[in-house]
Amino acid sequence: MKFRTLFAAAVIGAAALAPAIAADEPQVVRQEMMKKVGGATGAMAKMVKGEADYDAAAALAALTTISEVAATFGDYFPEGSETGMETEAAPAIWTDRAGFDAKIAALKASADAGVAAAPADLDGLKAVFGPLTQNCGACHETYRLKKS
Amino acid sequence: MKRLALGLGVAAVAGIAWTLTAPRQVTADRLEAIAAINGDATAGETLFWAGGCASCHAAPGADGDAKLVLSGGVRLSSDFGTFIAPNISPDPGAGIGSWSVADFANAMLAGVSPEGEHYYPAFPYTSYTRMTDRDIADLFAFLKTLPESQVASLPHEVGFPFNIRRSLGGWKLLFFTDQPRVTLAGADDQVLRGQYLVEGPGHCGECHTPRNPIGGFVGNAWLSGAKNPEGEGVIPNLTAGGKSISGWSASDIAYYLESGFTPDFDSVGGSMVDVQKNMAKLTSGDRDAIAAYLKALPERANGWE
Repeated sequence: MKFRTLFAAAVIGAAALAPAIAADEPQVVRQEMMKKVGGATGAMAKMVKGEADYDAAAALAALTTISEVAATFGDYFPEGSETGMETEAAPAIWTDRAGFDAKIAALKASADAGVAAAPADLDGLKAVFGPLTQNCGACHETYRLKKS
Repeated sequence: MKRLALGLGVAAVAGIAWTLTAPRQVTADRLEAIAAINGDATAGETLFWAGGCASCHAAPGADGDAKLVLSGGVRLSSDFGTFIAPNISPDPGAGIGSWSVADFANAMLAGVSPEGEHYYPAFPYTSYTRMTDRDIADLFAFLKTLPESQVASLPHEVGFPFNIRRSLGGWKLLFFTDQPRVTLAGADDQVLRGQYLVEGPGHCGECHTPRNPIGGFVGNAWLSGAKNPEGEGVIPNLTAGGKSISGWSASDIAYYLESGFTPDFDSVGGSMVDVQKNMAKLTSGDRDAIAAYLKALPERANGWE
């Protein structure tokens, strides 16, 4: 009886622990970071497209999010995280680490410039949005692989 | 007597094969009609971007105005060897400055060089062959306005037996066609315009359709995606059978082609980055037409599986 209770507790414990472990995997962390960047980009794009009213605080928050992600994004590509968890990271990240790091640094610099500019109106946002989002494709061109 | 008959038989078969694999130019009537058109360079610029000419024929890594210098040099790796895009700038020696519009039409529509040889289909004349006379003349007029480059073209790095250009005559017999890739019942003008852009100048199917071991398209798999010819990963399935864009609306597709953003604000990647920059230079009407055509495609399972 005691054993059975212990066993049940262990099963429940393991089930509770499993998602926590997956969420800590670098592949998952970096995917979540990119989703945050996508969300921030979308918030600004809706203003740029005229689908949402200009909101200076929201624009600054979005730029800050991207800057914060870029600050540590490169830490989540350790050796051993080349595959798994549906990663779309390209092998080039590990064969050309310096090139990859330079792309992240360029994203950080663009985002920081946007934060520093703290755009007060839509034209101000448009001036930083274009150069900032050039970084997306410039990096994904070489360092991301579509697998499905 | 028997030996003579056998010899004659072999000679006949060889003769037939030689005749069948001969490079065939565009008909004289059509060349004459194209030559009679006064090409419009401004209209030709749209075709230049729709056709992605600079993606292969500008120097590797060229950006901005440097994309208009068609000095060649981009390397395309494939299962058959590495093809190196030639100089097609208007330089009379190093490029195509000495070509007539008929030479250009034979290259684009028939895959035949001014020397009368077959081109490798790494140059996607297999798609360009669907282009209209007017578009060929306009594109040629635009190319004439570009800067000259004296950079010499490099030979392709292709081994035996693919280095025998005549053998491409056999390949063309099997796979080269100017017919539509899909039949779309009840297609309106917008869808037909999209079909022209995608199947013709845009040559989207060259990467997005799976190929058999000798490089022909697999049947009934148009735009269903393929293995990435340049290494790992895949080229996405553009039909409703794939997960990449099947959930997108036509306006999502058009916005992606304009901005490089997916509906989730993920971005374009891989070799599509350069293609998207080209698509951004089209009119919004043409991007909408491409989107309408893609939405009208028959559903296909992933081509790489």
